[in-house]
Amino acid sequence: MINRVRMPELDPNIRNKSFDEVALGFSIEQVKIEASRCLNCVNPRCVKACPVNIDIPKFIQQILSDNFKDAYCTIYQDNILPSVCSRVCPQEKQCEGACVLGIKTESVAIGSLERFIGDYCLENCFYKDEKIEDNNKAVAIVGSGPAGLACAAQIRRYGYQTDVYEALHEFGGVLKYGIPEFRLPKNIVDSEIDRLKKLGVNFYKNVIIGKTLTLDQLIKEYKYDSVFIGSGAGLPSSLGIKGENLNGVYYANEFLTRVNLMKANSFPSYATPVKIKDIVAVVGGGNVAMDAARTAKRLGAKKVYIIYRRDINSLPARLEEIHHAIEEGIEFKLLLNPVEIIGHNYEINKIKCQVMELGEKDQTGRQKPIPTNSFVDIDVDNLIIAIGQSPNPIIKKSTPELLCDNWGRIIVNDYQTSIPGVFAGGDIVTGAATVILAMGAGKSAAIHINKFLRNA
Amino acid sequence: MYKIIEKIALNDDVDLFVIEAPLVAKNTLAGNFVIVRVDKDGERIPLTIVENTDTSITVISQKVGFSTKMLSKKNIGEYIEDVVGPLGVPAEIKNVKKVIAVAGGVGAAPIYPQIKAYYKKGTEVDLIIGASNKQHLILLDKFQEVCKNIYIATDDGSIGEKGFVTKVLQKKLEENTYDLSIAIGPVIMMKNVVEINKKFNLKTFVSLNPIMIDGTGMCGNCRVTIHNKTYFACVDGPDFDSDGIDFNELIQRQKYYHEEEHECNLRLGEKDD
Ligand SMILES: Cc1cc2nc3c(=O)[nH]c(=O)nc-3n(C[C@H](O)[C@H](O)[C@H](O)COP(=O)(O)OP(=O)(O)OC[C@H]3O[C@@H](n4cnc5c(N)ncnc54)[C@H](O)[C@@H]3O)c2cc1C
Ligand SMILES: Cc1cc2nc3c(=O)[nH]c(=O)nc-3n(C[C@H](O)[C@H](O)[C@H](O)COP(=O)(O)OP(=O)(O)OC[C@H]3O[C@@H](n4cnc5c(N)ncnc54)[C@H](O)[C@@H]3O)c2cc1C
Ligand code: SF4
Ligand code: SF4
Ligand code: FES
Repeated sequence: MINRVRMPELDPNIRNKSFDEVALGFSIEQVKIEASRCLNCVNPRCVKACPVNIDIPKFIQQILSDNFKDAYCTIYQDNILPSVCSRVCPQEKQCEGACVLGIKTESVAIGSLERFIGDYCLENCFYKDEKIEDNNKAVAIVGSGPAGLACAAQIRRYGYQTDVYEALHEFGGVLKYGIPEFRLPKNIVDSEIDRLKKLGVNFYKNVIIGKTLTLDQLIKEYKYDSVFIGSGAGLPSSLGIKGENLNGVYYANEFLTRVNLMKANSFPSYATPVKIKDIVAVVGGGNVAMDAARTAKRLGAKKVYIIYRRDINSLPARLEEIHHAIEEGIEFKLLLNPVEIIGHNYEINKIKCQVMELGEKDQTGRQKPIPTNSFVDIDVDNLIIAIGQSPNPIIKKSTPELLCDNWGRIIVNDYQTSIPGVFAGGDIVTGAATVILAMGAGKSAAIHINKFLRNA
Repeated sequence: MYKIIEKIALNDDVDLFVIEAPLVAKNTLAGNFVIVRVDKDGERIPLTIVENTDTSITVISQKVGFSTKMLSKKNIGEYIEDVVGPLGVPAEIKNVKKVIAVAGGVGAAPIYPQIKAYYKKGTEVDLIIGASNKQHLILLDKFQEVCKNIYIATDDGSIGEKGFVTKVLQKKLEENTYDLSIAIGPVIMMKNVVEINKKFNLKTFVSLNPIMIDGTGMCGNCRVTIHNKTYFACVDGPDFDSDGIDFNELIQRQKYYHEEEHECNLRLGEKDD
């Protein structure tokens, strides 16, 4: 049996000072070897485990017969952002986690193969030729994150006029402002979005629905036949402890936005600064925390700690990101929970943490962290809070009749909200989740929107 | 891209711009602001909407650092990269009879739409307006249309009372009674105004100006502490009841990037040469 091919990566000690992409991608030779490992299962478990059910064995067989463009079309059918998803999907929990080879040896590197195909077709400007017959109806899409983009592509394919409205000055949502360049180069996000422009999707930046235009205005004045809300989970969660507003304390959203969207790592060529000193602590254990920690390291921090209240096996981040963080010299301080942020003259210099121990399993199947009576103080110059995001309330505030649950998530039934003709999907409905789940929701919502408008 | 259709230098440091932005203008109310990015490498900076027509907005910007200086280099017919808004909760124009407004420096710009809204409601507004000198007093002619009395204070005494607005405020509160006070200007001024007003049991509304990025409640940069609770000034404000605001924290938060701002300004020097 051939071993799983490893994707080449930049050396950890070089990359932790640079924003260049860490994982370098497969060569054609590597792709061929890896693709040959796939058993082309009759009942492929991998396909069921991919949230958008890409026909994985089919595209792998197309790779083997050198039909890279066909392989691309196979993927693009279900996933319009292959170069993005292949880089950010938690494959070990999805497609690769289910691959039958993984039971005895190692699963097929499905993500790496998908990435090769996506990048190959971007580099060679190969487009899937799609004939679209315009109908005379129009759909507005709120937000240009993965949910909005996936919905827009599918809606456009049905022939609707498709207009995407984005609050920020760039398109892509978290793909642009959250996930760092060294993990997901921004030119790739832009190139994938350009393909949607070619499909005829219209993009408008600097439009905040609920402020610039209300939902009501979109429907009554602008006469959209339907609206899809994919406004994401953009509201940072707070620790709720003393000292959170001291200087030097960042929410991960602010920190990452300064670097990713505003390019503060190239300050002063770009005018937005970011201030990271010698010792940085990041609270949290998910992808956001890993991204913040690795970004802080790249900005020159001498020591970067991840502070997490459970053990290493419970970290919710993608496996690859945890490995990369460890390789890059991020230190994990586990079973600790910050209880106070201490500072001098309104600037942080210390955090006080409570030592935790693991107790019974909770609903998520992980052991619950239980506070003990001991505390430790850690000297830090910065603290980055990366413990989660909840839905952004702007649309809800300006649209009282839009029903949401207690966490501010929009309540839907078959993707339709409490307002007829208004649909929603992605993080705004589920709370912070994943790129591919948001895309799956966007696409499914489009199918329901189409049904709704056909019957209308 | 957003076209500049008018530009007036109000003085050496302050410019007025009328910008074509029909979508922003559409839903604008008193107290709203926009976030502007002057060019492609630019920072996102908040500016209050002073006035609007159906298709344009007026902003008044004081050159204090890199981005506002870059903005002031733009001329009529040129374009601003990004303008997004209207942001923030519109000011609540209360049912009161007499308001004392206090404006410091370029704070006169954001306070104008609120005073105008009070005037339209039939409220009597007295204004105390302060600046470093005569040249730096802005919008006086506009204020004359909407204020009952205007009292001026300048640091150098070149016009009006010599000294701070707080000195005039103390005097006016001894002479008159008001139902409400609004104050917009440097944080230290707002803090001192609130302290004086408190002595006279007068409620004060202030407009807070922490550092912002997105203006949509996504980043949390703009957080302010009021009665030990955190608020995001961009979505919960920028206008707040002054009671319980931690002004000292805000002053320090505004200063966090001073060294970097200085570095940015040096770059501007190079560009100018
Ligand atoms: C730092 C970070 C790292 C992550 N890493 C991973 C990862 O490795 N793998 C993974 O699968 N997932 C990851 N995630 C999660 C993933 O990015 C999200 O689940 C996904 O982006 C959700 O997509 P969405 O379209 O629902 O929302 P978003 O991506 O949040 O997009 C919403 C968009 O709507 C815009 N918007 C909001 N309100 C309005 C409005 N009123 N009007 C107009 N526009 C509006 C926003 O500006 C934004 O552009 C990460 C998240 C973060 C923050
Ligand atoms: C809601 C609101 C409304 C405002 N309205 C006006 C107005 O109508 N007219 C006006 O002249 N000014 C206004 N300001 C202030 C204006 O945004 C700042 O002067 C400007 O951002 C300074 O940027 P700079 O690069 O020129 O200066 P810098 O040298 O970068 O900074 C100078 C000071 O300005 C503040 N500042 C810097 N960057 C930001 C930022 N991104 N957001 C907020 N403050 C920042 C900081 O306190 C800093 O110390 C407003 C601010 C807020 C929050
Ligand atoms: S989209 Fe994600 S889950 Fe599906 S095959 Fe690609 S990498 Fe796997
Ligand atoms: S489960 Fe694994 S081996 Fe089977 S088709 Fe999918 S990738 Fe190939
Ligand atoms: S400016 Fe980002 S949350 Fe207010």
